[in-house]
Amino acid sequence: MNARADNEEETMTVNRRQFNRAGAAALGGAVAASVAPAVSRAQNRVLKVGVLLPRSGVQAFIGQSCQMGADIAPGLIKQMLGVDVELMNADTETNVDVARSRAEKLINDGAQVLVGPFDSGAAIAIAQVAEQRRVPFVVNIAAAPQITEQGFRYTFRNFPTSVDLVTNGLALMRDLFQATSAAPRTAVFMHVNDTFGQANRRAVDAILPKLNFLPFRLVDTISYDPAARDLSVEVAKAKATNADFILLVSRLNDAILLVRELVKQRWSPQAIISPGSPGMYEAQFYKALGKFSDHCISNVPWYDPKAALSQRVDAAFSKQFPKEKLMFHALNVGFTFEAVLVAADAFRRAGTPDGAALADAIRQTSITERMMIGGPIRFDAKGQNTQIASACIQNRGGQPVVVLPRQAAQAAPVYPVPGWQQRG
Amino acid sequence: MPLETVLNVVASGLLAGLVYGLMALGLSVIYGVVRIVNFAHGELMAVAMYAAVIAFAAWGVDPLWMLVPVAAAFFGLGYVLQRGLINPFIERPEHSQFMLLLAVALILVNGLLVAFGPDARNVQVDYALESYEIGPLLVDKVRVICAAVALATCALLFAVFRFTAFGKAIRACADNLLGAQVVGLNVSHLYALTFALGTACVGVAGCLLVLLADVTPNSGPAFTLLAFVIVIIGGLGSMPGALAGGVLIGVSEALAGLLITPSAKSMISFALLIAVLALRPQGLFGRAAR
Repeated sequence: MNARADNEEETMTVNRRQFNRAGAAALGGAVAASVAPAVSRAQNRVLKVGVLLPRSGVQAFIGQSCQMGADIAPGLIKQMLGVDVELMNADTETNVDVARSRAEKLINDGAQVLVGPFDSGAAIAIAQVAEQRRVPFVVNIAAAPQITEQGFRYTFRNFPTSVDLVTNGLALMRDLFQATSAAPRTAVFMHVNDTFGQANRRAVDAILPKLNFLPFRLVDTISYDPAARDLSVEVAKAKATNADFILLVSRLNDAILLVRELVKQRWSPQAIISPGSPGMYEAQFYKALGKFSDHCISNVPWYDPKAALSQRVDAAFSKQFPKEKLMFHALNVGFTFEAVLVAADAFRRAGTPDGAALADAIRQTSITERMMIGGPIRFDAKGQNTQIASACIQNRGGQPVVVLPRQAAQAAPVYPVPGWQQRG
Repeated sequence: MPLETVLNVVASGLLAGLVYGLMALGLSVIYGVVRIVNFAHGELMAVAMYAAVIAFAAWGVDPLWMLVPVAAAFFGLGYVLQRGLINPFIERPEHSQFMLLLAVALILVNGLLVAFGPDARNVQVDYALESYEIGPLLVDKVRVICAAVALATCALLFAVFRFTAFGKAIRACADNLLGAQVVGLNVSHLYALTFALGTACVGVAGCLLVLLADVTPNSGPAFTLLAFVIVIIGGLGSMPGALAGGVLIGVSEALAGLLITPSAKSMISFALLIAVLALRPQGLFGRAAR
């Protein structure tokens, strides 16, 4: 009995304490609630953007190139939209697992929107995190179709899918062959064996047989490791096909290795043409290969140098990176800058960094003044911008030059290209 | 597939395999005498590659001119490492040795990351894109040079072990440790010299390999794995086995890439490893345990 009475007394005592605590908590809560809107409004003026890029590892040069686009964004966006953007940078180390964990960490550290990551495999991993945590994710560059085909509600992509890339790239090949009165009969398809490369391969396999306006057929398809130390066997195998030209889906390092090996093995195909992959228009490609970088052709989304926004970006870029030229980073800087712009524009309209509200606002995006060639930035129900065009870029004199479409051309295309031994 | 292409690919694999063989030779020599498996082998080679990259970037020195200084420096490094760090672990259980050398490997990888960052670095010498035309063969000049230097280094090492008194003393330690101690050989010193020779081999291999491939701090573990595959196939502790294993891996990877698919290159190496472990566990040139 005594024990029971003690328990009851204790219970009563606890209840009194609880009452007092609850009262104090309620008072504190009321004070906090009266102050909270002001604090919240103050915090809401700054959008925290988590930028995920492969700044180290195999894709380091491209990741660092993209990072420049993010770095110039806060200043320009403040001028354009009056929105303060705070960047929270993270290195994905060219590793899908690292990309996933860095995305988690950025969100834990307060990132309100994610941007990146120049890699399809990493993009899929980050999209899953963004979906779970309900934080919007704007893909800067990544082409695998499944990124916007899995029903993610928080993922948006202002970059073509590999199907669109290849469709646009092959259409430009027709224009290239018409413009140069060429009719190559055969091509060997070489592609990097990662998520992006495989997506491109599937697109090429699906689309190419249906295009009766292209004169060539594929005689072989050769895939290779994206981190390959040596491509001598792959090039020997391609050389044995005696194809007229190489259809190449590459990254940067492997594109450099491939050209070096072509020179060593003294095989000069009529051209190396990318239907929409990075590598051959990157600054490092020109630096590493010198005269051998010339005449490589990339059919890729590109920037419009004459657009007003391009000129503002160019000015900001030159000021912040005086040793660099925008033309060597145009695609990476352009799409990364636009991705941050999409997030900031949505934040301005939504007036809150809340994930669901931001995602809704991104869905309503309509940005007409842009840097990259194509229609306004708008997203379909899947979160995909379908209005991005490609241009045919040919390396000439150590820099990328637009050769097609005709209305944007800075020079006439050259095909077949001079052999390795015929270059200065 | 044209025969000419097959021959070219075989030649390319053979030449690269000789450099791989030199790399693995260091590992094999150290195990054959000191009975320590150097789990930091590839990481030491990555350090040598960075030394060559720095010399080229700072002073424009061709990695081939760096062979002797790097080999000398690595000889000293190997001697100090063995006498100062590894020797106390000689009598300890194998897992202690494993942990020690794994720790050394981790320190080297992270030290390189701190010093140079994670980006790939390479050396582009003037003759990097040149080739020799020999009948139907078109052979990469850099590979020919690297293979020739690797062969010469192996021959020198064989000669040291075969014809010098100190080489014979080292072999005595390997063949009969008790006998070597009885006749008064300074075993600790000879072990350190052996480790130094193995490390010098790695230094030379690093200077050569930097002409063939880019280097990153994380290249080390991949080279360690490759060296292990080679010495296990050739026979742990066997010098000719290491060289033959390197050539076998080089050629088989090249042929697999050509005749099957380039993605199958590594698969073939490991398939060979499994076949050797199953059918001839002592390796192709190794002596069976008695």
